[in-house]
Amino acid sequence: MSTVAEERNARAPWALTAPALILFVGVLLIPLAMTVMLSFHDWGQYKGIEPVFILKNWKEIATDPYYAEMFWRTFRIAILTTLLTALFGAPEAYILNRMSGRWKSIFLLVILGPLLISVVARTLGWALLFGGNNGLVNKLLMSLGVIRSPIPFMFTETGMVVALAHVMMPFMVLSVWAALQRLDPQIENAAMSLGAGSITIIRRIIMPQIMPGVLSGAIIVFSLSASAFATPAIIGGRRLKVAATLAYDEFLNTLNWPLGAAVATLLLVALVLIVIGSNALIERRYAEVFR
Amino acid sequence: MRRNGPLALIFHTIFVIVMVAPIVVVCLVAFTPEGFLSLPTNGFSLRWFRAIGNYPEFIHAFWVSLGLGALSSFVALLFAVPAALAIARYRFRGRDALAALFLSPLMIPHVVLGIAFLRFFTSAGFGGSFAALIIAHVIIVFPFALRLTLAAATGMDRTVEMAAVSLGAGGWTLFRRVTLPLILPGVISGWALAFIQSFDDLTMTVFLAAPGTETLPVRMFLYIQDNIDPLVTSVSACVIAVTMTALILLDRFYGLDRVLAGKGDTGR
Repeated sequence: MSTVAEERNARAPWALTAPALILFVGVLLIPLAMTVMLSFHDWGQYKGIEPVFILKNWKEIATDPYYAEMFWRTFRIAILTTLLTALFGAPEAYILNRMSGRWKSIFLLVILGPLLISVVARTLGWALLFGGNNGLVNKLLMSLGVIRSPIPFMFTETGMVVALAHVMMPFMVLSVWAALQRLDPQIENAAMSLGAGSITIIRRIIMPQIMPGVLSGAIIVFSLSASAFATPAIIGGRRLKVAATLAYDEFLNTLNWPLGAAVATLLLVALVLIVIGSNALIERRYAEVFR
Repeated sequence: MRRNGPLALIFHTIFVIVMVAPIVVVCLVAFTPEGFLSLPTNGFSLRWFRAIGNYPEFIHAFWVSLGLGALSSFVALLFAVPAALAIARYRFRGRDALAALFLSPLMIPHVVLGIAFLRFFTSAGFGGSFAALIIAHVIIVFPFALRLTLAAATGMDRTVEMAAVSLGAGGWTLFRRVTLPLILPGVISGWALAFIQSFDDLTMTVFLAAPGTETLPVRMFLYIQDNIDPLVTSVSACVIAVTMTALILLDRFYGLDRVLAGKGDTGR
């Protein structure tokens, strides 16, 4: 620890963090609390928002099967997206890690760079490739006679999962790649010298060691997919609603803010519980890796 | 280490093609000479880039996004730099809790943040204003600004500062002449990463933007909802170009792998 710091008084860190702390309490914690409050308010077509405390919105979400179906769709899409990214992202990270220096950094850039490119632009790309009769891949395959009618992609859950997996893939590759950096390549060589084949090495040596990376990547991908807005909105359109697009509709089209706030609050609480719970599970299971 | 076999390389090739295809397609279609969505097979044309000029709302949205990104990243750094210095140098009660709070916008879904800010700013009486957008963006880019500044402040050589102190420098002079120049690469990279996050954000901004304060992603999203034509691909190509410029800046000052390696590691 620093000697300069010890000479100064103990109030210095608080003075330095105070502006940011005030900012966060004032315009993050208070608005979040207001949103939770809002979910208990009443709303009517003509009377607007009434600041009373009732459980109407929560009852509606709990009893109307529409919401159960919508939340189930949201989490189903998130789970499938997570599986898809793990299935392809983990092997790719492993292959990437075995490349020689220059290629490794080039491809790392190619795969991770899209993380910073607008989600709207990336989803638009999928719409261009598979969007109905005009989709470029559909047109190509139809002209080659491989398919008769365009592959259904827009307004389907499959389309949403594929496009979301593409958007989230860098997070998974990154997470597994980070786990691979901690792995000692000599262990692999040792296994080989003891006569293990490549499948055995992958199954018995590599897999157990990168599992924490896959799992922490899965948590990130899952929570981002379950709350994703742009991709489900563009691919799913107005018919296939997920939690985020439903909340958007309640806020900006129906104007039933209290109900939208209840959907958002439920999404936030569910995600926080899932993330904290699975983090705890992973850290207990793989305690030795995180030490 | 063992080399990749042919199967691995085939997998890798397909993987990379699928990853870049949607982005490349957007950029290619932007150059089509046709009036409909198609690859530019009969030569390249800039007609759809010129067509952007006929849509003043896209131009306006571009300037809103640029101003918002630049300003909110700068304001975030004004708060993040002192906070980062405190967290990097002092061990005090509540330090971990503070760090977790400052990184929490990474964990909270942007749709929830959008709703919370919409409710807050509407109640406060300036919903839909540019000021509201700035404040909201300061919050969402703060973790990125903080993290890179924190990394720079933690890795900094403190002996230079001690030398300056022994020569009589103190307070503001010490910060401006010694500390800030030393952490500047981290601060600039933090600004660039924060700028990209602000420039690309749709989910939160779509709740807050009103006509006149629509950002480019919001404008594009609303446009795509009605129809997809080559115009939106040329706008997207411009957005990708701006992001790429910021990426190159980041790579120069900081190294992209370090920036990205920090990013996926949410909240830890």
